[in-house]
Amino acid sequence: MAQLVPLDSFGVTEREVCAALARVKVREIDYADLYFESSVNESISMEESLVKRATKSISQGVGVRATAGEKTGFAYSDELTRRDLELAADTARYIARSPGGVQSVPAPVHARPAHDLYPVPQAAFEVATADRVTLLNQIDAEARKYDPRIKNVMASFNIEFKLVMVATSEGTMIGDVQPLSRLQVTCIAEENGNRQVGSFGGGGRVGFEFYTGANRHLEYAREAARTAILNLSAVEAPAGVMPVVLGGGWPGILLHEAIGHGLEADFNRKKSSAFSNLLGKRVASEVCTIVDDGTLPGRRGSLNMDDEGTPTRRTMLIERGVLRGYITDKLNARLMGIPVTGNGRRESYQSVVLPRMTNTFMLAGESDPEDIIRSVDKGLYAVSFGGGQVDITNGKFVFSASEAYLIEGGKVTRPVKGATLIGSGPEILTKVSMVGHDLQLDEGIGTCGKEGQSVPVGVGLPTIRIDEITVGGTQSG
Amino acid sequence: MSNMLTESDGYRQLASDLLAKAKRSGATEADVVIANGENLSVQVRLGAVDRLTKAREKRLGLRVFVGKRSASTSTSDFSPDSLNQLVEQTCTLAKAVVEDRWSGLPAAKEMAKELPDLDLYDSTELDTDRQIELAKRAEAAALAADERITNSEGADFDSSSGGIILGNSHGFIGEYKSSSFSLSVSPIAADPQTGAMQRDAWYAVQRKFAKLDAPEAVGLEAARRTIRRLGARKVGTKRVPVVFDQEMAGSLLGNLCGALSGYALYKGASFLTGQLGKQLAPDYVTVYDDGRMVGGLGSRPFDGEGLMTRKNVIVEKGWLKSYLLDSYSGRKLGLPSTGNASRSVGESPSVGPTNFYLVPGSKTAEEIIGTVKEGLYVTELIGFGINMVTGDYSRGAGGFWIENGELAYPVEEITIAGNLKQMFQDIEVVGNDLVFRGRIASPTLKIGEMMVAGN
Repeated sequence: MAQLVPLDSFGVTEREVCAALARVKVREIDYADLYFESSVNESISMEESLVKRATKSISQGVGVRATAGEKTGFAYSDELTRRDLELAADTARYIARSPGGVQSVPAPVHARPAHDLYPVPQAAFEVATADRVTLLNQIDAEARKYDPRIKNVMASFNIEFKLVMVATSEGTMIGDVQPLSRLQVTCIAEENGNRQVGSFGGGGRVGFEFYTGANRHLEYAREAARTAILNLSAVEAPAGVMPVVLGGGWPGILLHEAIGHGLEADFNRKKSSAFSNLLGKRVASEVCTIVDDGTLPGRRGSLNMDDEGTPTRRTMLIERGVLRGYITDKLNARLMGIPVTGNGRRESYQSVVLPRMTNTFMLAGESDPEDIIRSVDKGLYAVSFGGGQVDITNGKFVFSASEAYLIEGGKVTRPVKGATLIGSGPEILTKVSMVGHDLQLDEGIGTCGKEGQSVPVGVGLPTIRIDEITVGGTQSG
Repeated sequence: MSNMLTESDGYRQLASDLLAKAKRSGATEADVVIANGENLSVQVRLGAVDRLTKAREKRLGLRVFVGKRSASTSTSDFSPDSLNQLVEQTCTLAKAVVEDRWSGLPAAKEMAKELPDLDLYDSTELDTDRQIELAKRAEAAALAADERITNSEGADFDSSSGGIILGNSHGFIGEYKSSSFSLSVSPIAADPQTGAMQRDAWYAVQRKFAKLDAPEAVGLEAARRTIRRLGARKVGTKRVPVVFDQEMAGSLLGNLCGALSGYALYKGASFLTGQLGKQLAPDYVTVYDDGRMVGGLGSRPFDGEGLMTRKNVIVEKGWLKSYLLDSYSGRKLGLPSTGNASRSVGESPSVGPTNFYLVPGSKTAEEIIGTVKEGLYVTELIGFGINMVTGDYSRGAGGFWIENGELAYPVEEITIAGNLKQMFQDIEVVGNDLVFRGRIASPTLKIGEMMVAGN
């Protein structure tokens, strides 16, 4: 079991919390909650072989929320006095348009989350700055050693330690300790005036040991250097419709963009998603089974509980090609009459809760990855990607390859420059004809943006073959 | 914002106190930025209130230099104990990083002396009901515009105001207040035959409430932009001229800002490295960055380091004349700061544009489209397919196919690809329709040729 977060971490008493909840939960309000958050972010970065930047940022506050029907009232404050809680409560219940009047809410039962997915002691997490400086210096040396054409190495190491506590009008009070760290390396290679970039990184809800234990940080350095050097010889990417083989791991961003966002309950309740009304229908080929799972130990997208105190779980999204479920928070689950899936997330106390993904991935299939590549006469093999984006309403999504190769006659041949792939969410997975047995999760670098809020997420994919998708290169034919 | 004045006085004192404390803790130089603000945001959907958000916030950022070592911290907790600790922690952190011979505040003599009033603040306070009404009117206008508008992602009305105080150990202290009012509408249209949906949006944003477009005008434009996308299809893969509408041309200028950033340049991470003084575009392309535009959304009396903002010529008749620099990136490149330091509390200092725009030409958008026999008019771009190191560009696009000088039909699920460096060289026509709806603005632009990938 996860540790119990004491309420006095936020400098408030149980009585103040109960009073604020009672003040906001007037008759017309269906549900109310208080979200207390205290977080410390630290970052150091290196460039030109010098670790010359260090930052630290401290944040504390409370978000007070009330929902009535489809309406949400929300206020937040970075002061946690009784007066500030009252003001926020009054603002949040404004949507109910009813006079104040204290209503009794059940006394909260102080609980801890059922999962304990990231038991990293704070001491193992917040290591001395000097150790972090050494980590970055070793990365610099390793990347430069890889190839003399590496001209600059940039690396940053970020850690976030977050304490949260949710008190609800349903009578629960539950908190979580959420560590998160990320190490990112970018190399610039140069040869005869041709300059190219390569990046690699990873992380999760893990301590410092994760990076140094197996010299993972040096592997990141070599990978970033390798990609930058590889891109020196990249040729123009092809343009047009062709078969594409996606490698395992991070290319799972396809799932995140093409179907994940479209299955978030808010868009489906509002019928603004291209997936609205497709529940129970076929939206993918039979070889595709896709889940969202917030319970994987130590992963970047994992949580012991979501930001409404609901335990996270594994949710079946697409089962053998058929759309099975949506990703929900409390508000949308209640309005749609479907189960709460533990996906109610927020960037901070300053943001409202939205249904968001955790770790989204496709389960392994039966094909041999080598056979998948051999099956393509002329196409693209994409193994690493930058970001992606989707238009929820028409379902069109893009994601941009940062490491890709031509497939010619069933063989992987020349590296090509980055290109954007574009497709239609409800259609693209019907064109997946082969799924490898090599499911891989990403390294832990994903951040998802929605309505201006960023949250950490994970993705995963086995090697798959997409029979046709539009590739946005510059070379015709 | 009634207690703004008293707060501001208190914050000036707080800034001085912290600078003095930093000095006692071993800092040789330091600066402090304090930001506070209020925000009220309403969202209505299908005529009913969907979400109401209200907040007050404050934040303080401290940067210290211990000799040539430096660190930055920030906090929302202004209690004396917490701030004392922050000063200590910042100095300790600075001592843990390595020396950087280029680090330090700008020279004392460079600090801004006169701080002009750029008319960035409007004291209008809108109550919740008034904002709800304005958002409802905008959405209602969109919903009533056409029977094919069947749904809505809603309309938002936001008002915010706040103040910034910056002080440093040279004795500089400056402050200004600003406000913003914005309205946006996002309707959804459905094709009566196929049921296929399209969404688009339109918005208005101003520092002064009185200057904001009428809610009905914003709603009608949102509806027009949404309806015209119905029936969109793919096109074949081919190389054609591409016309960027104002908003999308603005995104190209945004890419240019990224490449002009001193931090990207000295790291060799920009496709404009070594291009200062060279020809970037044809002679009818001129770009300014003007921090002193009265009422401008990117205007400010002093930059993130307390230097005077100014009007810089970035591209003059096609020639690249200036990068965007603060004092640090300037020193690295052997150039003076351009007054573009941007200091968001809690982040390391960086650079950013103020009001960054391309000077308009003489042709209307219709005339520009009229010059294209077959090509693409881009009204939407999605994704992040831009490599700032090489300038390679490949993004998802939507818009209209141009046939014989006219918009023939809407297109979607295509990409456009090229290289930014080449694209700026290939600007063929500059439109006359420059409108500021943000810090970065451009008239319609025609690029000679790009690869469009579709079927």
